[in-house]
Amino acid sequence: MGVDPSMYGKGLRPLSIATPVAFAITLSLVFFYAPIEADQGFLQKIFYLHVPLAITSLCGFIVGGIFAILHLRRDDPRYDAYSYVSIHISVIYACGALITGSIWAKGSWGHWWVWNEPTLVSFLIVFLLYATYYPFRYAIEDRQRQARYASVFAVTAGAFVPLNFLAVRMSASLVHPRVFATAEGGLPGSMMLTFLCSIASMALLWTTLVKFELSAKSAHGQLKRLRRALDAPTGPPTSRIAPEVH
Amino acid sequence: MTPSRTAFAAILGKDLRAELRTLQSLPAMALFAVTSFVIFRFGLNRTSLSGSLAAGVLWATLLFAAVLGINRLFVAEREEGGFDAIRLAPIDRSVLFTAKVAALIIYLVALEIIAVPIFAVFFLNSAAALPPLILVLLLADIGLASAGTLISSMAVNSRARDLLVPLVLLPLVVPLMIAATAATEPLMLLGGVTYHRFGTWLMVLGLYDLIFALLGYAVFDFLLED
Repeated sequence: MGVDPSMYGKGLRPLSIATPVAFAITLSLVFFYAPIEADQGFLQKIFYLHVPLAITSLCGFIVGGIFAILHLRRDDPRYDAYSYVSIHISVIYACGALITGSIWAKGSWGHWWVWNEPTLVSFLIVFLLYATYYPFRYAIEDRQRQARYASVFAVTAGAFVPLNFLAVRMSASLVHPRVFATAEGGLPGSMMLTFLCSIASMALLWTTLVKFELSAKSAHGQLKRLRRALDAPTGPPTSRIAPEVH
Repeated sequence: MTPSRTAFAAILGKDLRAELRTLQSLPAMALFAVTSFVIFRFGLNRTSLSGSLAAGVLWATLLFAAVLGINRLFVAEREEGGFDAIRLAPIDRSVLFTAKVAALIIYLVALEIIAVPIFAVFFLNSAAALPPLILVLLLADIGLASAGTLISSMAVNSRARDLLVPLVLLPLVVPLMIAATAATEPLMLLGGVTYHRFGTWLMVLGLYDLIFALLGYAVFDFLLED
């Protein structure tokens, strides 16, 4: 067989070792190295989880959009799979960011949801849009058309993200004290270091999950192909099979 | 190659003629809008509206009425093989997008000519807000038509077409609705028409129109391939 079964699994092993190591370092930095914030106390530690989740998820959406452009231009189904998996993992991250954001809001402002916080609201709208990616994609039967339409969706949604942030930010009549966004430059060095570490490990986890999902999908596709080949033996399977998004 | 202008006029003329003869979308949209006003009157338990409440009722109604028209925009193409005809015809395919956007803008303007005066009669104390409102309506129509045409052309080729348009379109037009309601709100204040940040919001509307018109024009080719 000319198929290398580990094609999409390549690099998965070092990644899956590096990710827990990075998280172990980050978590020990968060709990033992970074100082307790004066205003919010221990609760502020959720900052190291919430903000990296949100940033990674937004970057993931943009990466998904870039893969979608590549898919439309080169007409290669692999890019569609990359785009799908990027968006898929980012939607899960966005879920996590919304939940941690809600917990943080309850802890520091006393409400589970705060409409005056433009970043949180924009994030919810972006999440709602990307949540429609799945029903949209799977309502289209024809495979090629499904891939093409999903790419068009990913490009449109990618362009929508900055526009949405602009409109929501402008509509916030009462801008909440933005402790963290404005303090970004003024963060103490130890906090900044911890924050950068948590972004790096969150991005590493994202990459690992994307890789994992891709190799799982490609293995699934190969299995299906092999089953079909057993039923009706024909020519040799082509190498470098695109992972199936189904 | 037929020049784009001829093709544009032909497709737009076909759409308008078909709508005039069958009256499939427009009466439904207008009726829906008027009924929604009645429901808002009882839902909010108000006999007159002003400020943000007036802007919200007007734009929510117009948006949902527009979804009805957007849902049906490509149904004839799909059922009668119009997509194949466009693919066979020696024309630039993006013309279909611009012609459909133009048709949808005309539908929306027609809807607003009926619904907005009725809204003013039902809920507003004076008609002073209406002249500046025209600008907001026009800019919002362009954005709504661009995004709507793009989504409609994709949804019509799917299994769940009536479901997909509202599902995907609503989050997509949230920025448009933010800008449109924010521009409308100061026009409908009880104390009279004011123009608080009116220009800024018109610019946001214009930006939205520009982005979605360009985006639709750029990606529409891929939607017609087969």
